[in-house]
Amino acid sequence: MSETAIPYMVKPHPVTGIPNGKLGIWLFLASEVMLFGALFSSYVLIRTGMPHWPPEGGLSSEVLNVPLGTFNTAVLITSSITMVLAWASCKMGSLPRFKMWMGATVFLALVFLVVKYFEYSDKFHHDHFPSHDNFYAVYFVLTGLHGLHIVGGIIVNTFLLTAGSKMWTTDPEHFTNRVENAGLYWHFVDLVWIFLFPSLYLL
Amino acid sequence: MAETAQHEDVSKHMGKYYVVFVALLCLTAVTVGVSYLHLNRPIAITVALIIATVKAGLVAAVFMHLISERKVIYAVLILTALFFIVLLALPNLTTFEHHSGMPGT
Repeated sequence: MSETAIPYMVKPHPVTGIPNGKLGIWLFLASEVMLFGALFSSYVLIRTGMPHWPPEGGLSSEVLNVPLGTFNTAVLITSSITMVLAWASCKMGSLPRFKMWMGATVFLALVFLVVKYFEYSDKFHHDHFPSHDNFYAVYFVLTGLHGLHIVGGIIVNTFLLTAGSKMWTTDPEHFTNRVENAGLYWHFVDLVWIFLFPSLYLL
Repeated sequence: MAETAQHEDVSKHMGKYYVVFVALLCLTAVTVGVSYLHLNRPIAITVALIIATVKAGLVAAVFMHLISERKVIYAVLILTALFFIVLLALPNLTTFEHHSGMPGT
């Protein structure tokens, strides 16, 4: 191993008891909580300051497409279990099974984005851009940032599925840890949507 | 030895993952179903947030393995939770300031 290699990527660090990569991803997720938290807090402030929400009248569930949102929620939940199965396949020593489940995870993430594309284009078609009113500003910022996180997850997961999986032959434990860390991120993205969906679409 | 122990460890948990998956789908159906009842807004918000918190708890505890994690991660998360609460309280804090300024004006 070269001298520049990051230490404790497979073995737990003697101080923390976990590999460095895992501590790193959790610290990153902590910062993500603050990022989404700040926007969510702004949403609460904007919304409680408005006499009516959405400002144009009606209900959020009439403005946004609840069946599509529900479908996308189910898609993300399913992609979380396929991600767990991908990691478990690594743990159980099967690269082909890992590839199958990770492929499913990436596919479901793309389905989510395609549905989001149709939702967005429907809004744009009716001239409802982020600048339309506070409701659309909040909706596009929160779902847009979440959508960017989906794109980030797709990039990382596709890397692990393709070029990154070469590590399986040289260092399977390290590769499994990478999959676990990508999984932690992916579940977090799912977790954010679990809060965004009811607060934007249903309430 | 360690390898086989690990295999058993993971396969033992598989059932749990599927149960959580089904529970998450059911809770999604419940939260959407409840929204069609058009309850009072405060009750609707409370119900939706309770369901979302249970779902998030299931994801974090089982999928993210928080149920059996090392102390250092709990420490990071407790700190995050504290800051998160302050963040969510910020809108309220601005309201308090607003009210305290009212009598003088």
